[in-house]
Amino acid sequence: MIENNTALQLEISELMVQALNLDVAATDIEPDAQLYGDGLGLDSIDILEVALVVSKQYGLQLKSDNENNHQIFSSLRNLAAYVAAHKTK
Amino acid sequence: MQKLPLIAHSALNKTIAWRKGAPVSVEQFLADVAYLTATLPAGKHVLNVCRDRYHFAVGFAAALVSNKVSLLPPTHTPEMVQQLQAFAADVFCLHDNKDCDIALPKLSYPVTPETSAQTQHSHSKDLHSRGLYSKAQLLEILLPEIPQIDAKQLAAIVFTSGSTGTPVPHKKSWGSLVRNVQAQGERLGLETNADYTILGTIPPQHMYGFESSVLLPLQSGNVLSGEQPFYPADIAAALTDITAKRILVSTPLHLRLLLDAEMTLPKLSMVISATAPLSTALAHKVEVSLKAPLIEIYGSTETGQIATRRTTKTEQWQLLPDVRLSARDERFWAEGGHVEIAVPLNDVIEPIDHDHFLLQGRMQDIINIAGKRSSLGNLNHHLNSISGVIDGAFFMPDERSHDHVTRLCACVVAPNLTTAQILAELRTRIDPVFLPRPLLFVESLPRNSTGKLPRNALKKLISQHMRPNEAECNH
Repeated sequence: MIENNTALQLEISELMVQALNLDVAATDIEPDAQLYGDGLGLDSIDILEVALVVSKQYGLQLKSDNENNHQIFSSLRNLAAYVAAHKTK
Repeated sequence: MQKLPLIAHSALNKTIAWRKGAPVSVEQFLADVAYLTATLPAGKHVLNVCRDRYHFAVGFAAALVSNKVSLLPPTHTPEMVQQLQAFAADVFCLHDNKDCDIALPKLSYPVTPETSAQTQHSHSKDLHSRGLYSKAQLLEILLPEIPQIDAKQLAAIVFTSGSTGTPVPHKKSWGSLVRNVQAQGERLGLETNADYTILGTIPPQHMYGFESSVLLPLQSGNVLSGEQPFYPADIAAALTDITAKRILVSTPLHLRLLLDAEMTLPKLSMVISATAPLSTALAHKVEVSLKAPLIEIYGSTETGQIATRRTTKTEQWQLLPDVRLSARDERFWAEGGHVEIAVPLNDVIEPIDHDHFLLQGRMQDIINIAGKRSSLGNLNHHLNSISGVIDGAFFMPDERSHDHVTRLCACVVAPNLTTAQILAELRTRIDPVFLPRPLLFVESLPRNSTGKLPRNALKKLISQHMRPNEAECNH
C-alpha cells in the first residue's frame, strides 16, 4: 500500500507548504526526510497546524494516545501511510 | 514569620487532582510529596521537566517543603541547561520521561507506592469499625498535615532569555506566588473548594501554565488535571474525561485550532487565555461555541499575572487589586500587590485610569512566539556567536493576525556555511520556535554609518530576497 501513496504524499506535501508557508516547493520535500527537527525543521506548533488541515481534508482525527504518534509525523511517507489507512473522505 | 499552606483544600479526603479518569485525594498527594521528598538528592536547585502535570506539581511541592528552589528556564536547549548549571552548580533534573536527554544529574519521577495512604485507610477503617473514633477524628489523627511554608521562602526562579545570551533570573517567593494566584482566583470569581477541575493546554513549566494550571487549583482548593493535551482531539477527550465542573486554561493558538477542528465538547464553566492577546472575533467565537465566559490574562514572567479582561465586553485590561502601573523612563512599570520589586513592562501601554489600560503592542525588540519570549538582541547574539557567521540579524515580520503564529526571518553573511549547518548550531542555542524561516544568505547587511541596522532597511533586503509567492513574510 505504501508504494501507491505517491500522489497522496504530494497532496499532503502541498497542504503542508501552504499551511506553514514553508520556504520549499512541495515537490522538494523528500518522502523519507525527517519532518521534525533536523530535516524540514517543523516544531510542535507546525505539527498542530498540519494535523488540523490533514484532519479536515481527509476526515480523520489525530490523538496523542496513539502509540505511533511520533512515527506518524516522522516523515512524509509515514504521514501519508497513516492518512491512507485512516481517511474517511 | 508568616506561613502559608502548600494547598488550600479544606479536607484531606478532598480531590486535588484528576488523572486518567480517576481522582487523587489530598491525602494521596501529600503521601506522594512526602515520598518524593525523601528521595530528592542534596542539591538545592531543581529543574523540574515532568510532562505529567500531576508529577510536576508533586515535584514542585516536594522541592518547596524541603526548601529547594524550582528553576523554570524558557527552554531546555543544551546551551540553556549549561547556563543553568553555571547559575547553580548543584542543580539536578527531575523528569518523568525515559528518553530525557538533559545533561544534568537526573532523578526519574519515582513510582510512588500507593500503600502508605491505603494502609492508613484500612487502619482507620479498622479503628472506625471498632467504634473508637469518628471518621473525622481519625482523619486528623492518622493523616499527614498540610505543610506550611514561610511566605519569604524562595520557591522558584523563573528565567527570561535576556539580551546578551545569558538568561536573566527572576526570583519568586512563596508569598508572592500565593498572593498572585489568590488575586487571580478572586478576579475570576472562582469559588474555593468547589470541585472545579482545571485543565491546561500549556506546559506547567511556562510561567502562565505554572500559575494558572498548577498553583491556581492548588491554592483555590480545586482540582488539577494531570493531562497535557496536544491535539484538539486530546483536549476534547481530556475535557470529556472530567466529570466535575471544567475550566480550560489555554492560548489563542490552541483555542483557534480547537474551534477549527469542530470538536464536540462537554460543558465548560470558564475559559482562560493568555500568552498573546486574542482577537475580539476569536473571543466571541470561543464564547459562542464553548458557551462559557472567556477571560484573558495579561502578565509576564517577571511580573506574573497582573491584569484581566472579558474580551467580548471590553478591550480594556483591569489590573489585579493593589497592582499599579507607573510611567518611568518612557515605559511602564508594574508594582504593588504580589509584585515585590517594581518591574518594567515589555509592552506599549496606554493608561485609561488608575486600574485600566489598553495594550498597544510589544516593544520593538521583544519577540513572543506562541508564549515563548525572547528578544532580537538575544537571538542576534546567538546567531553571531556561530563560528563562520560574519554578520547576521533576525527580523520579525508584521503579524498576520493575533490568532496565528508569525515566524521570524533572518539574514546572514556566512559564505562558508550552509543553511543546515547554521540551523543545527542555532538549535543547540535557542528554542526551535525562534528558528528563522526563511534563513536568507546575503552579501552584507544594510548597516548605517554607526553600525546600526534600521528595521526598514532589513525589511527591504528581505523582500528583495523572497520569492514573490512568499511575500507574506513581509506584510
